[in-house]
Amino acid sequence: MTVAIRNINMRFGEMPVLDDVSLEVRDGEFVCILGPSGCGKSTLLNIVGGFVKATSGHVTIDGEQVTQPDPRRIFVFQERGVFPWLTVEGNIGFGLFRLGEEEKRNRIAYYVQLVGLRGFEHAYPRELSGGMKQRLEVARALAVNPDVLYLDEPFGALDSITRLQMRRELLRIWQTERKTVLFVTHDIEESVQLADRVVVMSQRPAHIQRIVDIDIPHPRDLSSPRYIELRDSIFAEIGLAHQV
Amino acid sequence: MRKIVLPVITAAVLLVAWHYAVRLSGTKIFPSPLAVGKAVVTLAEKSLLWHYIADSLFRVAAGYLLAVVLGVPTGILLGWYPPLARAFNPLIQMMRPISPLAWMPLAVIWFGVSNLAPIFLIFLASFFPIVVAAMNGVRDVPPVFLQAGRNFGLTPAQQMRRIVFPAVLPRILVGLRIAFGVAWLVLVAAEMIAVDSGLGYLIIDARNAGKRYDLVVAGMLLIGGIGLVLDVAIRRAERFKWVRWGFKES
Repeated sequence: MTVAIRNINMRFGEMPVLDDVSLEVRDGEFVCILGPSGCGKSTLLNIVGGFVKATSGHVTIDGEQVTQPDPRRIFVFQERGVFPWLTVEGNIGFGLFRLGEEEKRNRIAYYVQLVGLRGFEHAYPRELSGGMKQRLEVARALAVNPDVLYLDEPFGALDSITRLQMRRELLRIWQTERKTVLFVTHDIEESVQLADRVVVMSQRPAHIQRIVDIDIPHPRDLSSPRYIELRDSIFAEIGLAHQV
Repeated sequence: MRKIVLPVITAAVLLVAWHYAVRLSGTKIFPSPLAVGKAVVTLAEKSLLWHYIADSLFRVAAGYLLAVVLGVPTGILLGWYPPLARAFNPLIQMMRPISPLAWMPLAVIWFGVSNLAPIFLIFLASFFPIVVAAMNGVRDVPPVFLQAGRNFGLTPAQQMRRIVFPAVLPRILVGLRIAFGVAWLVLVAAEMIAVDSGLGYLIIDARNAGKRYDLVVAGMLLIGGIGLVLDVAIRRAERFKWVRWGFKES
């Protein structure tokens, strides 16, 4: 499942937001799109997801042009995307309306287990913590067995401890399910911890400034010299000294 | 248990204060609580009371349910199709502040001396709050929910059924409660014209038929008491599992 982004340009009225962005994401790859807040990276993800039409350029998935959202490619929002009127089971089963009852039940049970929500099947989102809601949304996305996951700053609203745990969870799930993942973040550390490749975006109008290969096997040692080297090179790329 | 102790004490204190206020002032116009209690008993014995309560409840139920049946779909449609809302919202906002009582003369001409006149007024009173609650509820459905629905491949009809409707249900319920309060308020005035039964009629009739202020106050208390019971019943609906998520834990 290759995602090919070709010469995407985007303007909102007179304001250019994306400037000739081209990128290829390979099957099963985990790619982080990293950039400052408001640079247009979420817009890019929305274009790739088929929710927003680009001013020019196009996106293809295995050669097929994207014109609208598709259940084979699921978009994960921050945890506010779960449906508050449905239980954990109801949320995970939301996209499974084309399946038979029994298969649906099995899928739900499997993903409840995978994201560690056993015992909360009948709980409503308001009874869950932020991290649990986020895992629920990931489970809802995975349950329809998509080829690609698009995550738009999914852990942005979580506290830093939960955020670290969620990254580990996401990597574990990714290694189990081997989906292609496109992950938008403004967090440099997060991108280096998660991605096979980090796509560094510029300020608006955003173009791809540099693509960094993260050649560290999982699980990643966050104090290894290579991790620090890659992280600092991205800090430098964005024009920040790694000091406070 | 603890929830009712304080209100009961407050009511008892007020009743005692009321009793002595009437006795000490020696007023002939305002009845004492005992006189009001006796009036209620007399009414109940003559079975007139149940007859009046039933008539009032029927009128409110008919007008209100008609408003629910027409108002909820209207509001959802207006919220869902912004051009429709742009076209009709100014009209709705203009109609809304007109007291339903202003329609009284017209209602009497149209429907004559019949149940239909008060039913019409109650319908008018409850229709607009319901429409507005449903319309605003649909407009405020978070776009991420709809986006997720599209992503999972829902058709527009499925979006409506599986996302918009459950998402606005708590808001609609709030609208229904507000509308019911208004409907009950309007009932009394609506029954002062065009009909010769009901709790509103009881009040106006008691005054006209010889300044029976014990019956007037009895009628007022009955209207308040029944309104309270019905409001509590509607609040109970907030605990249903389909809407509970939309209300604060109590």
